[in-house]
Amino acid sequence: MSVNVNRYKCGYCGACVGVCPEGALELVETWIEVDNTCTGCGICAKICPVGALVVVK
Amino acid sequence: MKERYDVIVVGAGPGGSITAKTCAQGGLDVLLIEKRQEIGDPVRCAEGVGRDALKKHIAPDKRWIAAEVKGSVLIAPDGTQVKMSEDASNPKAGYTLERKVFDRALAQQAAMAGAEVMVKTRATELLRSNGKITGIKAMYMGETRDIKADIVIGADGVESKVGRWGGINTVLKPVDIETCAQFLVSNIDPGDYSKFYLGSNYAPGGYVWVFPKGEHTANVGIGILGSRSGDVRAISLIQRFVDIYMPQAKIVEIVVGGVPVSGPIKQTVSDGLILVGDAARQSDPLTGGGITNAMDAGEMAGNICIKAKEKGDYSVKTLKEYEDKWRATIGKEISKSLQVKNLLIKLSDEQLNQLAHSLDGVDVSKMALPVFLLALFKKNPKLLWELRELFK
Repeated sequence: MSVNVNRYKCGYCGACVGVCPEGALELVETWIEVDNTCTGCGICAKICPVGALVVVK
Repeated sequence: MKERYDVIVVGAGPGGSITAKTCAQGGLDVLLIEKRQEIGDPVRCAEGVGRDALKKHIAPDKRWIAAEVKGSVLIAPDGTQVKMSEDASNPKAGYTLERKVFDRALAQQAAMAGAEVMVKTRATELLRSNGKITGIKAMYMGETRDIKADIVIGADGVESKVGRWGGINTVLKPVDIETCAQFLVSNIDPGDYSKFYLGSNYAPGGYVWVFPKGEHTANVGIGILGSRSGDVRAISLIQRFVDIYMPQAKIVEIVVGGVPVSGPIKQTVSDGLILVGDAARQSDPLTGGGITNAMDAGEMAGNICIKAKEKGDYSVKTLKEYEDKWRATIGKEISKSLQVKNLLIKLSDEQLNQLAHSLDGVDVSKMALPVFLLALFKKNPKLLWELRELFK
């Protein structure tokens, strides 16, 4: 389980990083990086203002 | 860049820059780092700020004031308008900022006070020796280096990692964040009041704002509660709002962002570590405003750093004074705001209309927010009963 970031949609605001319970996300200038601690919980996908994140199984 | 400093501030937003400036003015060796290559950009904010709260820290400058606003108009779901702070001399009147210029002006002040500034420099982890925080690992232009310091300040915003690395839980639950989208629109005449549209039709668990930005432009944005996001998105709701209510508007910029609305979190300092601003979740849960709270906290944090250096003690024992100070001031205010927010998000559109109608014939035009809330409470004790403790 992980999360896919649509970089063409993402506005690199970092909201997803703030809600990630695992600290699996990082905002690096203009893109989001996801590390292997992601559990695919989907909280980031829920709160993304533009819907740029999708949980992948 | 040196190998060691007294203080490293991570993040050059308003909170970070004021912390760095305060430290530098107190004679400390301070490094201010910003992960972006440009300070102040991209903006993630509605740019509204109260005039007097701002003036405590910096003299207003037309280079970064996009517009002056006379007050606020609240718009209920049925269109009823409630106008506040009509008097331009009212301390609650404010500005719409140009954050891109404003943030740089603050960083410039820090630099002129003696702080070193590094951009395109991202903290990647905390350095530790015998469990004690001794600085950060930072990446600049693709290369990582160690930078030592006695105190690390996490002013790294909603996406803060510094606190987490230091063992402080700053995770926001969906109900603790407003997820926001905003357009800078042109070809409109927004008047000289900030407008706030309330109700589930506009913004579930939040509001739509229209902040005049001068020259026929305005920031038109929306915040919705994270717990109500998913099936609907901030971006699509604000697009719909603009399509319906300002079809002539032309969108010249898109801004997105997340605003902490958790109220005070349990811990904001640990040994050798202080959190400031959005990283410390110090933004106001009711209005979403965070700029002046972050600046106030930054000044408090800077002063504690100076004290810590004098004592040669960087442990929680000394730094806790920062925590006590901000809780007694900012903390009190945002706790109250949290209570009001928690009630507001439960109210139906019908009840919001009822609140707006209850003010018929009441002159609220010169009231600041606390006085306004009291007037509202007196008219609607039943509906607002759970707020009674606020008015004791």
